Amino acid sequence: MHRPELVCPAGTPAGLHAAVDAGADAVYCGFQGPTNARNFPGLNFSPREMEQAVTYAHDRGTKVLAAINSFPPAGQMAAWKRAVDDAVRFGMDAVIVADIGVAAYTARMHPDQRLHLSVQAGASSPEAINFYCREFGVRRVVLPRILTVAEIKGIHAQIPCEIEAFIFGNIGMMAEGRCSLSAYATGQSTNMDGVCSPASHVHYLQDEGGNLKSLLGEFTIDCFTCDESAGYPTICKGRYDTEIRTGYYAFEEPVSLNLTPLLPELMRAGVTALKIEGRQRSRAYVAAVVAAFRKAVDACMENRVPDMAGLIALTEGHRETQGAFGGRKWR
Amino acid sequence: MALGTSKRLTLGPVLFNWPVETWRDFYYRVADEAPVDRVYIGEVVCSKRAPLFRTCLPDVVDRLRNAGKEIVFSTLAEVVSGTDRKCLESVACAGDILIEANDMSALWHLDGNPFIAGPYLNVYNEDTLEFLAGKGAVHVTLPPELPRSAIAALIEKAGELKLTLEVQVHGRMPLALSARCYHARAHGLNRDSCRYVCDRDPDGMLLRTLDGKPFLVINGVQTLSYTCLNLVQEMNALADVGVDAFRISPQSSGTVEAARIFHCCLKGEMTADEALIRLGETEFDAPFANGFHHGAEGHHWRSVATVV
Repeated sequence: MHRPELVCPAGTPAGLHAAVDAGADAVYCGFQGPTNARNFPGLNFSPREMEQAVTYAHDRGTKVLAAINSFPPAGQMAAWKRAVDDAVRFGMDAVIVADIGVAAYTARMHPDQRLHLSVQAGASSPEAINFYCREFGVRRVVLPRILTVAEIKGIHAQIPCEIEAFIFGNIGMMAEGRCSLSAYATGQSTNMDGVCSPASHVHYLQDEGGNLKSLLGEFTIDCFTCDESAGYPTICKGRYDTEIRTGYYAFEEPVSLNLTPLLPELMRAGVTALKIEGRQRSRAYVAAVVAAFRKAVDACMENRVPDMAGLIALTEGHRETQGAFGGRKWR
Repeated sequence: MALGTSKRLTLGPVLFNWPVETWRDFYYRVADEAPVDRVYIGEVVCSKRAPLFRTCLPDVVDRLRNAGKEIVFSTLAEVVSGTDRKCLESVACAGDILIEANDMSALWHLDGNPFIAGPYLNVYNEDTLEFLAGKGAVHVTLPPELPRSAIAALIEKAGELKLTLEVQVHGRMPLALSARCYHARAHGLNRDSCRYVCDRDPDGMLLRTLDGKPFLVINGVQTLSYTCLNLVQEMNALADVGVDAFRISPQSSGTVEAARIFHCCLKGEMTADEALIRLGETEFDAPFANGFHHGAEGHHWRSVATVV
């Protein structure tokens, strides 16, 4: 069994320091603006900050991966190409891409740059992954969160590149890179603008009975009674009515992904890198999660049972799921 | 004014699980009555449904061909399981027919042969267009969320690459795909044990917000808009700048009527204002939307002042 790389989120320079200091093997981060899929106010790196961050991480033996994983609309490619050029110039250890045009540009202009295929590319079959490997020299694929461990194992045997899998954090229900739900409600595209459920379009309204409605744009995504804690309105985690069922989570409950119990199995399935979601989280959260997983991975390598009790408290709303990874019944 | 004869009207694949007789009769009617030049056909949403209409597929294809329609086979939009992969391979490797590829898995099988890039392929920019042209793409249907400004920038590049572009102009907009079946979930089932409950909603299962506002529709693993895309006001301007084909996406009613109305508009025989009124009178009852096209919320509707 290979020792897997622990890939950790860094939304800000301070977050990057926290992840590096807590024992991350690699951190991933993006430039400010729409070139990455976490384009939130106050998040991400200026080119100067990125350059300094790379130095900080490399001095401590940690890799830095550049997420340039949104989809540039026609006429606006220049910003994405500049981001790729900067990442290469700063010596970033890999560029994570989703868009075919960005992948083609990187492979053509920087043939020696290590290229990872983002989960946003939605490559969920051996054929799709092999295509990206053949055409762009992709060295690692970040697998969609919709696959079971058995399927990951099957894919591993049929592709020439490394596998990175999400193990912890916020889990979206829709095939990544193929969801326009937020754009439908807000006009801001997850793919093109790099933002899902932008805070600028989020509202909370209280009715006479004390119930709290959460809205995205003009649409109510959920309604909370006094004894429920209100969640952030994400369309795929809202409650809706249909003719046959009312007030139910039509897509998924607001749970967060925790694959701790499956860690040894994932490592045996051939996963090279374990990814933690959460570039929008606080540095304290990142430090705690990274330190816990550092211990867990090291324990697994020594055939000990990892103690992950502390992580449960950090999961969103204290509820967790193994999502699709656990088996086909989830579907 | 658009050069009516050179522009094409197309019919997208049926996205919903209709009883096989309904499916067959729909295409027979299209063959007989719908003024569309090209018909995309095949299961795009769920590989479990593909066998349901396989028996009558040859008859439907014959009937459409005899009516002078060009046939294109559309491939599955999300390829994960073994069933998905077999389903895709059987279509992509058929050999003698033009394919609309809706997932990158299809490009692996097509291996450089000419193909059409479907709306699920994430073609957002010039560089992607150029790469796909190099792999054999001859025609590209753009994703519904792409705004007019990006379409305009793509047209120039498409001209250089000698490939043509298509834009959906009518029907519910595909918004998301998942590995999970939300029809099965609503019925307390899962995808493996689904009992094909998606056949109960020929235009998708309506999802309302908790305060009763219609929002989305569920179609198995796919989520679509509740609103009906309508670009009849914008179509001729798109034709003028060089968009080659316009897609009607089938609904259980009003589709042939919509095709007639768009056809009249494209030929300059009906104004957009009149077309709008006529489209509002068809049997398919959902509010119009054109927000994505104008860079706004996808569900928004904007009345565009038309030049007569």
